[in-house]
Amino acid sequence: MAKNELDTRFSEFGTVSFAAVTRVNDFIGNLENGKLTGTRCVKCGKTFFPPRAQCCECLAAEMEWFEVTGEGELVSYSTLQYAPTGFTDEVPYTIALVDYGDYKVFGRIDGSVPQEDLSVGMKLKAAVARTSNGRLTYVFERSQVK
Amino acid sequence: MNNKVGIIGVGQSAFVRTYPGSIRELVFESFREAMTDAGIARTDIDATVVCSAPEYDKQRSPAGVIAEYLGLNPQPTFYAETLCSSSSTGLRLAYSLVASGLHDMVMVIGFQIMSQLTSNESQERMGRGADIQWESPFGTMMPAYYAMHAQAHMAKYGTTPEDLALIRVKAATYGQLNPLAVYRKPVTLEQFTDPASFLGGPVATPLRAGDCCANADGSSCLIVASEEKARAFSKKPVWIKGVGAASAPVNMAGRARLSGLDAAEEAARQAYKMAGITAADINVAEVHDCFTIAELMAYENLGFAKPGEGRDLIRAKETYKDGKIPVNVDGGLLSKGHPIGATGGSQVRTIVLQLRGEAGEIQVKDPVFGLVHNIGGVGLYGNVTIFGVD
Repeated sequence: MAKNELDTRFSEFGTVSFAAVTRVNDFIGNLENGKLTGTRCVKCGKTFFPPRAQCCECLAAEMEWFEVTGEGELVSYSTLQYAPTGFTDEVPYTIALVDYGDYKVFGRIDGSVPQEDLSVGMKLKAAVARTSNGRLTYVFERSQVK
Repeated sequence: MNNKVGIIGVGQSAFVRTYPGSIRELVFESFREAMTDAGIARTDIDATVVCSAPEYDKQRSPAGVIAEYLGLNPQPTFYAETLCSSSSTGLRLAYSLVASGLHDMVMVIGFQIMSQLTSNESQERMGRGADIQWESPFGTMMPAYYAMHAQAHMAKYGTTPEDLALIRVKAATYGQLNPLAVYRKPVTLEQFTDPASFLGGPVATPLRAGDCCANADGSSCLIVASEEKARAFSKKPVWIKGVGAASAPVNMAGRARLSGLDAAEEAARQAYKMAGITAADINVAEVHDCFTIAELMAYENLGFAKPGEGRDLIRAKETYKDGKIPVNVDGGLLSKGHPIGATGGSQVRTIVLQLRGEAGEIQVKDPVFGLVHNIGGVGLYGNVTIFGVD
């Protein structure tokens, strides 16, 4: 990247992004590498999702990335049949909050999961994906039954 | 601060789908009612706090043009914003300005013109009151966030879509009586399942169109005064007995639960403590029913019902005018419409009229304490204010 050029990678996130420049832009690079990531404070060990560059617990500004892996539990969800400007072509879609224990993750449930199969408390896992307009995102999928 | 602070004037414009004028003209409508109500001159007002949600305004820093239009120069004026609870925050500021002795009389103006945007655009703007970096890219909007709360409440406590619809039925019962409300038709439970009715139309599961309030244009105006001024100008001043305000993480990922609003609960705790009363002492309440689930959670967060038992209150009609704790007997946001910045002031106006015994058809019998619960964003800003009479 040329000197004085702003890192605007965050503008690639989601169907419509409302932010471009952030200190956690490596989140986008990690998505490109197939990893959904949060940050962990190097000094006090607190984990953050969504990732942040600075720690409000201990005031440190040194973070390391960790990957969101394994199963989380569906806290709640809603399927939108009506959408804000910029998203009207995508309805219906389902937004959700998933609890991983140390942190929670907000996102969308993959369209392949039938709405009637959804229930609070079910296990889901996160995966990197592309939006309908080809941009970077992540979705929650059903855990594979072993 | 032990200084008594009163409210001596209240005003509200009609809340309408489309106001045929500008923000300053819309504000004038509630200003005129409040000034007439208080019987004061412009020069009696020491300062104005102007409140709205700025994403709707083309006018930057609206306090300036509004103070000018109302003839309130050279008194200080400034802007306050907490999304849908902006005018409750304005009232909190006015309270502290008067209680501190800095000013004797402060006006709180709330307004919003929403009709210049389409409904989808409006969802996008309001959605940006949530976390634009980490949530908005998924296509979020206020009804969907509240729908997630409804889903969580249903899963945890067994609340049903019909329980929520009952809240809309109550709202419409009183909205019909409110000449300032946008929606004045009756609503029945059957309409929610009648394909011919818009009320059952899908929005964001499990919320249906009938669970949501409408955008509106409107303004409200409150005149806040020191005890000395209040006694001099008002035959029946209504006193601010308790003020509570709290915040919660914007991002849903930061919330401990979705089955209630922690910021509302904390604000209520503060307000009850300051007033020296409990939920059982409240005789009439205005709660922020932007969605039916919001009113149900308010019953529980304010202590009118135990967690999970909000549905029992509405099923037994205990929040109707003649029930144990009348809630939103002016029709609430669900009937009045929700011109963001004006809503808190409108709620306060209803409670002031109730406590004065001037509420007409919706008058609750001899209330002593009234409460206003006004929420900004999806439980992001919680504001609870308690009012009482001598």
